[in-house]
Amino acid sequence: MELRFTPEEIAFRDDLRRFFREKIPAGIRQKVAEGRHLGKDDIVTSQRILNEAGLATPNWPVAWGGKDWSAVQRYIYTEELQRAAVPLPLQFNVFMVGPVIAAFGSEEQKRRFLPATANLDIWWCQGFSEPGAGSDLASLKTRAEKKDGKYIVSGQKAWTTLGQHADWIFCLVRTDREAKKQKGISFLLIDMKSPGITVRPVITIDGAHEVNEVFFDEVEVPAENLVGEENKGWDYAKFLLANERTGIARIGLSKQRLARAKRLARETEAGGRTLWEDTDFRRRVAEIEVGLKALEITQMRVVANQRHRHADKPDPASSILKIRGSELQQATTELLLEVAGPYSLPAPDHEQPEGWNEPAVSPEWADAAAPLYFNYRKVSIYGGSNEIQRNIIAKAFLGL
Amino acid sequence: MTEEQRLLKESIDRFAADNARDPGAHSAPGAAQDGAALWSGFAELGLLALPFSEEDGGIGGGPVETMIVMEAIGRGLITAPYLSTVVLGGGFLRLGGTEAQRQEFIPQIADGSLKLAFAQLERQSRYDLHDVSTTARRDGSDYVLDGRKGVVLGGDEAGLLVVTARTAGSRRDEGGITLFLVDGDTPGVTRRGMPAQDGSRVAEIALDGVRVPAERVLGEVDGGLRLASHVVDVALAALCADSLGAMEELQRLTVDYLKTRQQFGVAIGSFQALQHRAADMLVAVEQARSMAMYAAMMAEEADPRERRPAIAAAKAQVNRSGRQVGQEAVQLHGGIAMTWEYKAGHYFKRLTSNDVLFGDTDHHLRAVMEAGGLVEEI
Ligand SMILES: Cc1cc2nc3c(=O)[nH]c(=O)nc-3n(C[C@H](O)[C@H](O)[C@H](O)COP(=O)(O)OP(=O)(O)OC[C@H]3O[C@@H](n4cnc5c(N)ncnc54)[C@H](O)[C@@H]3O)c2cc1C
Repeated sequence: MELRFTPEEIAFRDDLRRFFREKIPAGIRQKVAEGRHLGKDDIVTSQRILNEAGLATPNWPVAWGGKDWSAVQRYIYTEELQRAAVPLPLQFNVFMVGPVIAAFGSEEQKRRFLPATANLDIWWCQGFSEPGAGSDLASLKTRAEKKDGKYIVSGQKAWTTLGQHADWIFCLVRTDREAKKQKGISFLLIDMKSPGITVRPVITIDGAHEVNEVFFDEVEVPAENLVGEENKGWDYAKFLLANERTGIARIGLSKQRLARAKRLARETEAGGRTLWEDTDFRRRVAEIEVGLKALEITQMRVVANQRHRHADKPDPASSILKIRGSELQQATTELLLEVAGPYSLPAPDHEQPEGWNEPAVSPEWADAAAPLYFNYRKVSIYGGSNEIQRNIIAKAFLGL
Repeated sequence: MTEEQRLLKESIDRFAADNARDPGAHSAPGAAQDGAALWSGFAELGLLALPFSEEDGGIGGGPVETMIVMEAIGRGLITAPYLSTVVLGGGFLRLGGTEAQRQEFIPQIADGSLKLAFAQLERQSRYDLHDVSTTARRDGSDYVLDGRKGVVLGGDEAGLLVVTARTAGSRRDEGGITLFLVDGDTPGVTRRGMPAQDGSRVAEIALDGVRVPAERVLGEVDGGLRLASHVVDVALAALCADSLGAMEELQRLTVDYLKTRQQFGVAIGSFQALQHRAADMLVAVEQARSMAMYAAMMAEEADPRERRPAIAAAKAQVNRSGRQVGQEAVQLHGGIAMTWEYKAGHYFKRLTSNDVLFGDTDHHLRAVMEAGGLVEEI
């Protein structure tokens, strides 16, 4: 494994760097850099710019707009995208349903969905979890019964991220209630405009509307919206979740946050000098940097070995990336919170009283620090919680 | 605990439980509790008179009584400005007010008609009480104050502000700081209230040519830091109790949830991986309890060489415990604790806010270090 980039790889990196900086609107990247929530328009605009340049779906098969990149190139792409604070292409489209349709969908489904999915003409959301089926996903109860060439879907999905923007939802539904848990599940694509669907917003502790509950009341779904075979949905979901977990390390994002924390620490007074001159603070930064480097090299090893991997041999790699990646993401949000210190206390507030034109005592960026810290507790919960990842390593890999 | 303290605890626990805040029950984030009703409830129970001497019209409670009240407030997630009015504002009057000042203001605090706030933090001051750039210039029988204060707890509704200002020396000198009692409606005081992360309210306050009569100086001219430091230590002890109350409730919610939430056909509390972490949460809560008690014992100690390291040590431990208990409670609950509707996340946020109030862990560890540590060399 080569850890240093070749001149060609450096040129590749510099091209991407320039593209991201010049083509993605600075205002959008600023919001990402500050860890603020993005509007639908921001995400769509950014993804369409990427897609036009063939940069939205490099992980897809070449025939459907993917890139025949080396592992290192793929690594550089992800890293640079996050470093430049470009909104990640919508995960549900690019890392979840897109690859599933490309791998298991019919030709008709590929033609119908893949280009629109890449260009974010269709916004997808993920309907896997349910109130009673979180870590134990296979216990899901939403059922789909086949009747006259249609599925009739009833039940409830929980935690559907950005479902309020979604045009379509990809769901795991129970098609065989007699079969063993994992065996009776199918993967269904459902138009969110179908009669019988209700979306209820769920506000998270940072005050944002990021997740939803989606209710299905006898929703009719054409049978051709089944992906692959009936009752094989669990296999497709496993394929999807493995993709999700490698994407979840987000090393570039953590680096970007850390770099920002360093800059802000230089601008922050503390004890008569700058916070950056405080060695206790710098030591904590260094510890996170060491962790990030170790994870970065781990990620490169994983990417480099992916080609030689046997699909059915247990591999702890994605669990390692998920556990450490989420811990480090959380550590960087704690670092930013620490920089903001007492100035993090005021919550974002948009009602400026009339006639108030005082410069704020708290720096302008500080009100985003605590909400970001609160919000990022999610990363060790979703995508298979870190406890579930440890179970996977212990059981499947260590044989305990 | 004495019999009287036990009775106090019973009544405040009941009151706090009846008035416990449940932000998720409100339809919109940011919707506030009925502050007025709650405040008169505090007054009726005598809680607003609690720490003041009987001569001043108070009940004569000490830091243990304050700890009992604050623990209940934390447990009930209550956002009433008790810390800013009674503990901080009241603390200034108690420990530094002249007889005239005490007689004027304490009865108004006790009956609930006056709220106070401590306007101290500035753009550059961070956790240093002695870093003060707001100025107070003598002009005849008045002082004239100019400066900007931020993150003032309860600052938007306080009728009386305790303001730190510089009467001599340069920005970071320990001497030359004077405390002023400033009426909230004095010309030149403008404020902007805003919501805080934990659901309470804070304010930014601008002081432009604010005239304050000399008899509204609190404590010694140029020697205000010693008083401010003592009152902040009293407040830190109270905050430790508030965090302790929040941790207790969060621990209880988490254990209840572990016993009831089913996944894989069993209660998730049957997984040993989670049992150990719940056990560690209890260890953390009990360490916080011990240190909150220690802080209460030391809060009224007048000698800063005794008091400062003790209070700093308590805040450092309570912050540590609070960080662990808050994060673990969310993690062990899973997604539900990420929602506004469910209570656990709000306790986590309360602990996070308390963590940065009057000094984070590093700040207090440094104070312990600078005092020569807690264990004597042999
Ligand atoms: C912000 C957010 C966004 C999300 N977005 C989506 C989305 O778009 N689509 C979607 O389908 N889902 C989404 N999810 C759901 C997410 O995948 C679940 O929250 C996750 O699977 C955990 O399930 P749970 O919340 O029900 O927790 P539970 O499964 O109830 O777990 C509670 C606790 O028990 C632990 N635990 C459970 N089983 C075990 C075990 N066997 N051993 C040890 N510990 C265990 C867990 O680790 C956790 O600490 C989202 C969640 C969040 C918080």
